Amino acid sequence: MPTKLVVDCSTGAVEEIELTAEEIAEMELAAQQAEEQKARDEEEKAAKEAARAEILAKLGLTAEEAAVLLG
Amino acid sequence: MATTYEAIATVTVGSGGAATFGFTSIPATYTDLLVVASLRSDRASNSIDNGWIYLNSDTSSGNYTKRRVWGDGSAVYSATTYDLDYYCPGSTATASTFGNLYYYIPNYAGSNNKSFSVDSSQENNATIAINNLTAGLWSSSSAITSITFDLNNGNFVQYSSATLYGIKNS
Repeated sequence: MPTKLVVDCSTGAVEEIELTAEEIAEMELAAQQAEEQKARDEEEKAAKEAARAEILAKLGLTAEEAAVLLG
Repeated sequence: MATTYEAIATVTVGSGGAATFGFTSIPATYTDLLVVASLRSDRASNSIDNGWIYLNSDTSSGNYTKRRVWGDGSAVYSATTYDLDYYCPGSTATASTFGNLYYYIPNYAGSNNKSFSVDSSQENNATIAINNLTAGLWSSSSAITSITFDLNNGNFVQYSSATLYGIKNS
C-alpha cells in the first residue's frame, strides 16, 4: 500500500500513513490529467508545425530560407 | 542582524519510500515560506519523473493557474494550463543523484490568492537533463497550513528530503 510521510510542524512529529482509496484515486486522476494535457500540447505543436510547413510550401521556400528572410 | 530564515521542519524519506510527503500545521507566524528539497523517484525504466505540489490538500486543478517553462538540453518548451510543478530523476538517471527543488510562497498567511514559484532540476549526467521553472497562483483566501509533494509516476526513494523554512522580513 502506498504511504505518505507527514511532518507536523507544531510538534515535529513525523508520521507514515497509508494512503486512502480516495487519495490514490486523486493521484491517478492527476496523472491522467497530465497525460491528457501532454497529448493536447503535442497535438497543438504538431498543428502549428503543419501550418508553418503549408505556408512555406505555398511560398516555395525552405525553413532555412524563411529564417534568413525573417532575420 | 535579524534572523530572517528559520528552519521549521525537515522530512527525510525512509527505506520503504513514500508516494507523497509533506508538512502540516504550518504556523502563520512568518512572512514567506521556502521549501528546499532533494528528490529522486523510483519510476521504472525512465530517467525522468515529475509531480505536483498541493496546498492545504487541495488537489482541484481548477484552483491552480500555472505558467511553466522547461528545457531538456536540446529544446525549450512552455505550457500555460494546469500542469506539472517540478521534475526529478527517475530510476535510470545517474545513480545516487538527487534533483534540486526550490519552492517559494510569499504572503502565505494572508487572505489574498497565493502566488508561488518552483525552480527544479532533474539532474542527470546524460544528453537529456531537464530544468523547469513554474510560476503559479493558488486561488484561495485561506492561509497555507499544509504543503504536499506528489509524484506523477513513481515513489520518492530513500534519502529524498525537504526542509521547510519560514522567512521573516525583519
